Amino acid sequence: MTVYLLALVLFCVGIYGVLRKRNLIKIILGIIIAEHAVLLFFILVGYRLNGRAPILSPDAPITQMVDPLPQALVLTAIVIGLATTALLIALAMRLYGKYGTYDIAKIRELRG
Amino acid sequence: MNDTALLIPSFVVVPLAAAFVNSLLGSRIKGLPALLGGLTTVTLLVLSLVAIQRVQVVPTMVYAVGGWKLPIGIAMVLDGLTSFMLVTVNMVAFAIAVYATEYMERFTSKAMFYTLFLLMLTGMNGVIVSGDLFNLFVFLEIAGVASYALVAFGTERHELEAAFKYAVMGTVGSLFILLGITFLYSVTSTLNMADMSLVLGDHRNSNLILMVSVLFLMGFGLKAALVPFHAWLPDAHPSAPAPISAMLSGVLIKTLGVYALCRIFYNVIGFTPALSSILMFLGTLSMVVGVLLAIGQRDLKRLLAYSSISQVGYIVLGVGLGTPLGILGGVFHLFNHSVFKSLLFLNSGAVEYATGTRDLQKMGGLGRKMPVTRATNFVASMSIAGIPPFSGFWSKLLIIIATVQAGHLGYAVWAVMVSVLTLALFVTVLKDTFLGEPRQAWQDVKEVPGLMQASMVALALICVASGMLLLPRVKDAFLHPATAIFVEGSNYAQVILGKI
Amino acid sequence: MSKEQGPGMSIIVKTVTRLTVWLILLYGIYIVVHGHLSPGGGFAGGVIIALSFIHLMLAYGKEMALKKLSEGLLGVWESTGGLVFLVIALLGLTAGYFFKNFLPAGEPFHLVSAGTIPLSYIAISVKVWAGLFAIFVALVLLRVDTEQK
Repeated sequence: MTVYLLALVLFCVGIYGVLRKRNLIKIILGIIIAEHAVLLFFILVGYRLNGRAPILSPDAPITQMVDPLPQALVLTAIVIGLATTALLIALAMRLYGKYGTYDIAKIRELRG
Repeated sequence: MNDTALLIPSFVVVPLAAAFVNSLLGSRIKGLPALLGGLTTVTLLVLSLVAIQRVQVVPTMVYAVGGWKLPIGIAMVLDGLTSFMLVTVNMVAFAIAVYATEYMERFTSKAMFYTLFLLMLTGMNGVIVSGDLFNLFVFLEIAGVASYALVAFGTERHELEAAFKYAVMGTVGSLFILLGITFLYSVTSTLNMADMSLVLGDHRNSNLILMVSVLFLMGFGLKAALVPFHAWLPDAHPSAPAPISAMLSGVLIKTLGVYALCRIFYNVIGFTPALSSILMFLGTLSMVVGVLLAIGQRDLKRLLAYSSISQVGYIVLGVGLGTPLGILGGVFHLFNHSVFKSLLFLNSGAVEYATGTRDLQKMGGLGRKMPVTRATNFVASMSIAGIPPFSGFWSKLLIIIATVQAGHLGYAVWAVMVSVLTLALFVTVLKDTFLGEPRQAWQDVKEVPGLMQASMVALALICVASGMLLLPRVKDAFLHPATAIFVEGSNYAQVILGKI
Repeated sequence: MSKEQGPGMSIIVKTVTRLTVWLILLYGIYIVVHGHLSPGGGFAGGVIIALSFIHLMLAYGKEMALKKLSEGLLGVWESTGGLVFLVIALLGLTAGYFFKNFLPAGEPFHLVSAGTIPLSYIAISVKVWAGLFAIFVALVLLRVDTEQK
């Protein structure tokens, strides 16, 4: 139970970073932390007591494995996170080129 | 395996293959991107019309990817609501692909535009067709990341800033959705939507389902731009190039937001009165806030973006009512809004193409020089304001009647007031842009090129003709299967699992 | 400390890189090919292969690395990987279903087994390493000229 709570606390840490930080790169880091916290939570949901890694091998019995489905899904979600992060970083670099600063308080030309 | 079910994966395979071929050869062969874009969208439009006809014969079709039996395998489902959304999305995408052939000549890399456009179309079609919750999330992300890149396409200052804001908020919304999926998986141990609704049948009122509902409302509400979560839309939609604004405002917010919300809340979790009142409240709030914030705008596309928020509020109000008439009104308004909002954005793109500005106070008197644009803008404005006999009148009337019949007179009064304000807003826009004498600066503007005119005229004709969708025989073919999915609610599971 | 001689890092780094790049590449290919027997598969192996190219670029400077593999060629590799994956999925239609595993399964725990899964993994790894290296090249080559407000 504590492990689940810790994963959700990590998610809150990431969301705090997105909300309160002013540097673009720190916002991106907040998103990365929050995303990995959710994926960590997903893998922890799949844990079974006294389970071993879900890999078939000729000598170990098939029973007593942890749930393999979350592991496959998290692999997909990590790839999605990579693509989003790469796009965000490219956007941040271009924003620096256009505005000259990484501070979002100064990048506020669209309003109203 | 019969050919009927081969129809279903082709909605995802055709645009994906076209996107890969385009990224390989598009920058080498001149004219290939536009050709691929047009051919792919027309193929998808024809396939979706075939799907409508097949759904009349067999109400629900299930396709198990890879031959793995349900509920272990991934399922793709074609039922009434799916075919309805497919026609809406692909029809608008076809008009926009034709329009973009000429419009994107002014940007640097047309091949890259069409690759991203086709990927976004893959994502949207995948969300509509998917019968599996995590598959829905993956396709949602594909469409989302493609749209973040498309908003930033021109790489000017405002476009980059808007794209960054949109990307951060969209990613946070997706994280909430993923968290909701995780909690649902921990309770049900399955990801197939039909199986999940069977297992959730006994857990109906537990606190976990409440938390999951809130998480999904936040996540999908952000994608649909419901009011507390709407802050990205007024920056992102104006900054994108005009065909992409039309695509985003016309179909993306409705597919990724409203359709996914409805599918999960009606078919998987189950519709409760508390949920109904929350959806109606959020819908009305969106309607009012959207139109009030649109009134003082000087930028044409920003005004259209705020009115998008308002009209999505109508759709959510209609769907949130829960009565068959309300759902019919909401679903019909979804179709109408896709058509006339895309047309309005394409018109604003045409005005920008001809004059180079989006500022309402600088325009004036363009009507003489651009007659086709003026006529289609008139049709679209009258539709969105709800003037008979155009399409918007019928759907708004249905929603207001349904609200009154369900006893929520307050919401009905708000809906009528918002409609009046929308009329005032768009008459002002028409007056400012097209009527009167042309100014000195616009003496030699010309009408936009032929392909752009053709796509605008096609959408305007659909605006005029879609009142006929309410005729009894046509309604049974097109709208009624869609509303039947909502009404049958949790029987969805029995129908899907009975097919295998 | 050692002096910089031209682009890239010092001579010690360059010498060690010449040896380790091949080891990293081999390790990546091992993870891709054994994807159906042990953890890893297309994505993880593709990332490691991309890392070997990035290692080359970090040690020798970008002109040298781009001489080995130009940007246009990267685009071709990436699209081809995606198209091969889609073709394998469509060929499953010959056995009846989209994406079905149509090659014979073979005996478990052997290298040539599990039907189309190793082929899919190879296609995915090509797409992933070309894509990741292209992202890295794009971010490195992005010349940001600071614009004044």
